[in-house]
Parts: sequence; C-alpha cells; structure tokens
Amino acid sequence: MLQHERAESRAGWMFITPALVLIGVFFVIPVLGALVLSFTDFDIYSIGNPADTRFIGLGNYRSLFADPLFWKALRNTAYYVVVGGPLSVVVSLAAALLVNARLIRWKPLFRSAFFAPWVTTLVAVALVWRYLYHPQYGLLNAFLGLVGVGPIDWLGNPRWAMPAIILMSVWKNFGYNMLIFLAGLQTIPPQLYEAAELDGAGQWQRFRQVTVPMLGPTFVFVGVVTMIAAFQIFSEPYVMTQGGPLKSTLTLVLFMYEQGFRWWRLGFAAAVAVVLGLLTLAGTAVQLRLRRGGERVV
Amino acid sequence: MRRKLEAVALHALVIMAAVLTAAPLLWMVSASFMRAGAATSSPPPLLPAPHTATLEHYRALFTSQSLGRYLLNSLVIAGGGTLLGVAITAMAGYGFAKLRFRGRDPLFRNLVLLMVVPGQVAMLPMFLELRELGLINTLFGAMIPVLAPIYGVFLVRQYALSIPGDLLDAARIDGASEFRIFRSIVLPTIAPVLVTLGVFTFLSAWNDFMWPLIVLSDDARYTLPVALANLAGEHVQDTELMMSGAVVTVLPVFLAFLFLQRYYIQGIMAGSTKG
Repeated sequence: MLQHERAESRAGWMFITPALVLIGVFFVIPVLGALVLSFTDFDIYSIGNPADTRFIGLGNYRSLFADPLFWKALRNTAYYVVVGGPLSVVVSLAAALLVNARLIRWKPLFRSAFFAPWVTTLVAVALVWRYLYHPQYGLLNAFLGLVGVGPIDWLGNPRWAMPAIILMSVWKNFGYNMLIFLAGLQTIPPQLYEAAELDGAGQWQRFRQVTVPMLGPTFVFVGVVTMIAAFQIFSEPYVMTQGGPLKSTLTLVLFMYEQGFRWWRLGFAAAVAVVLGLLTLAGTAVQLRLRRGGERVV
Repeated sequence: MRRKLEAVALHALVIMAAVLTAAPLLWMVSASFMRAGAATSSPPPLLPAPHTATLEHYRALFTSQSLGRYLLNSLVIAGGGTLLGVAITAMAGYGFAKLRFRGRDPLFRNLVLLMVVPGQVAMLPMFLELRELGLINTLFGAMIPVLAPIYGVFLVRQYALSIPGDLLDAARIDGASEFRIFRSIVLPTIAPVLVTLGVFTFLSAWNDFMWPLIVLSDDARYTLPVALANLAGEHVQDTELMMSGAVVTVLPVFLAFLFLQRYYIQGIMAGSTKG
C-alpha cells in the first residue's frame, strides 16, 4: 500500500470511530443484551446483586405467552397498527391531493398548517387532547352535541379509548406522510394526466389509473415508516390513559415499560422487547416484499 | 364558471381542514390565558371572557413549579446533543462516503440494516449499562440516543458522495492534512445537509419522552416533557395551568419550525425520494 493510501485509510477509521463506538456501545451491545437478558430471571434483587441472576432458558417467554395481559397488549397494539396505520395513510394522501390540486392557491401556507402538528411535543399535545376529550367540558363533545350526538366518554370508555388515541395520533402525524406523498405526486409527469384526459378519463379515473399506480413505491415507503412507528406507540397511552380503562390502551411498549421500570422485572420485560423487535422485522419484511411487487407494476 | 365554483369549493374545504388541524393548538394557547377554572364550564369557552385574560399560570409555572429549570435541562440536552451529534455524524458520513479504506462498504451496509431494529429494544440493557457507567440521572445520559443516529450517518453520506474526489486529492497533493481537508473543503460543502440534520436532531431530542423518563429519576434533572407529564399527574384539574405548561413546552420547537420551515419540509421530501 502506498503511503498516502495508508494515511487516507487511517483517516477514514478515525472519522468513523466515534460514531461506531457510540453505536456499538449504546445500540448493538444493548440489543444483543436484550436477547441475553430475556433468557435470565433478572429482577429487582439482581439490581442490588447481579450475581443472583440465573439463566432460565425460555422461562420468560413461557410466562409471557401464558400472561393474558401480554395478549391484551399485543391485541391493542395490533388494533392501533391495523386501524391507525391505514387511516393515517388515507388522511395524509387526501391532504396531499388537496394541497397539490391545480386550483388551490397559497399552497405553502396550507402545507405548513397541515404539517405543524408533527413538530409539536407529543406529551404536550396529548395533554391538550385529554382535555378536548373531556366528557363534560371537552370541545369535541360540545361540537358533537351541536349535531345531536350524545356525550361520549372518550378516554373513560374501554370501547372508545383506543379510537380516541388513534384519532389524536392521526392528527399529530399525518403532516409527515403528506409531505412524502407531495414529493411523490410531484414526480408524476403531467403528460400522463394529459394523455388520460385526452382518452376521456374523468377525475376519479385519472386518480385510479395514473396517480395510484405511480405512487406505488411511495405507498410502500409510507407504509413501512408508519407501521414501524405504530408498533412503538408508548407516550400517547402513557399520558392520556395510563393504559386504561380496563387495560384497553395498554400497548406492547407500555407493557414492557411497566414490567421493566415499574416492577423491575427486567428479564421478563426483555422478552417483550425481543418480541417487539421480531414483530417489527417481520412487518418490515412483508412490506418490502410488497415493494418488489409494487415496482414491477411501475 | 364551473371552474370558478370548483375553486371556491376546494378552497372552502382546504381552509376548513386547516382550521380543524390548528384548532387543538389554538385552544391550547387560548386556555392558557383563561382564569383558573374558566375552561371547565359549560358550554366550554373558546376564548377567555373579556378582560379576564391572565398570565398568572405562566407566572406560577416559573415560580412555584420551577419550570425554568426544566426548560434549561431541555435546552442543554437538545442543544448539546444536537451539536455533538451533528459533529460525530458529519465525520462518519463523510468517512463512509469519500475516504477509501478496507471493509468500508460492508460495514456501512450492516449499519444500514441496523436501522430496522426499534430503539426500544435496546432500552432495558442500556439502562443497566448506564447504571454501571454512572450516567443515570445525568444530562449526558439523556443525550445518548441522538449522539450517533444511524439515519443521520446515512443522510450525510448520501450528500457527501457528490463531493468531487479530485478536489480532495488535489488538496492532499498540496499537503493538506485530512482534518484540514474536512474542515475547509468538506464541511462548507455539506453544510446544508448538516442544518437539516441539526433541526431534526434538535426536534427529536426536545420532544423525546420515553428515554428521559427512564434515565432521569431525580426531578431536578427532568426535561420539559417529563416534568409536564409528572405535573399532569398532580394537577389534572388545573386545565389552564397545564395548558400554559404545554405552550411553554411546544413554543421553542414551534418557533424553530416557523423560521426554518424549508429545512424541515425539504429534508422530509428529499429523504423520501432519494432514500
């Protein structure tokens, strides 16, 4: 190796080392650590005396799969992912189409207005919504009352609590996906629409035959990002409902947090973390497979 | 004529949607100025009653609730984390893009693969690790998630790939050290992506809740979101006080957004089509 090549190689390692060390120490090791921890009985006593910890094989996973609370948390999280994810995508696409419409003026203004909730602090706006959802004094029920809908106990009724959290998250997050859809819409060549119009396609047909297929890759990107974020939902139920009422908003991450940091059952909580990681990987793999299909269409 | 009607209808729709989107934030601001107890009356008021608007809740937050301290903690964690994180990420992104060394590309590919693992998976062992290192309850401990974000390394690398290699080689022939090259050629070139990275890093550090909640147990170290969630536990009934707390928490990132809008919007729109 020439001397200047050696110098460049040394510099290369020097430049990436700080990041590699941080990622290794604070991400790779803890992720592997979670796997190891999930095979141990690490609990509140182990914190005082780590030597007490024993390997218990799949013990945590056995108790996890036998725990009705885990299945409840899994079902709630699935509800949030399956209902909230698509709803968020539809609202984002609608907002993007509206802002992108040819006849609309002051586009940047509306774009910013729709995006603004995304930059706000979740804990703060979750609190705001807690008051908006108040059964007696909340603005939402006041408006619904005007159109004759009786007061709904949004966060106090196990049937409504998760939909209320979904509505709030859609409001908070749709602006992000809207921007991604806008970027996608702008890559569609206008000639395609002109050609479709010449062929006599109406507005709905142009949307079905041109916009949707051309946005294929965008849908996959948005789908993956939205789904990964949805699996990780924690702060919304923590602030708005503490997982209640009747555990109807207990999510996987909230369950992990409570087991790990409230009851200090870190081994057991690590098993929850591993399940969360595997579910996210599986979901991502499915969506990426869809992407390959999607790209063939385009 | 039909066109005109359509335009009016579309504008009515988009304005209504924008007002609905802004409503929760507008109500938050409005309620924060209402007298204690005024927000919880029937029917719920949209604005403070005439001549009753008050700053008493903001005063109470900064005197009896020591919100100033939490504001400072949040600023140190988000500001310090952003400066350190952008510096570390800029070096790594450039290193992976332009400096030739053995094993670089496989290493980078593995790094990108790591992005699919959610951060929460690492939190329990990371807590134990930080305990061993004596970093629990420190502001530095709370900064850790933003110090070397992998997506940031990815973002900087994509941008730095466009730096012409000839330019760097010419500087080397002139005898410039690698660090000198980084400082005087690379940094100015990748500055725009670093600003984008900076605003997103600051935003995520400022808004983060779960990690600071875990790592900061002493309430003198709380960040604004953690303090606010804690306050909400004690003062659920004090709607107006809580809303002023929410305003103080949201305001800094909201102002940053107003002034740096294009970096947010371009950052997201570019990231999706290139990535």
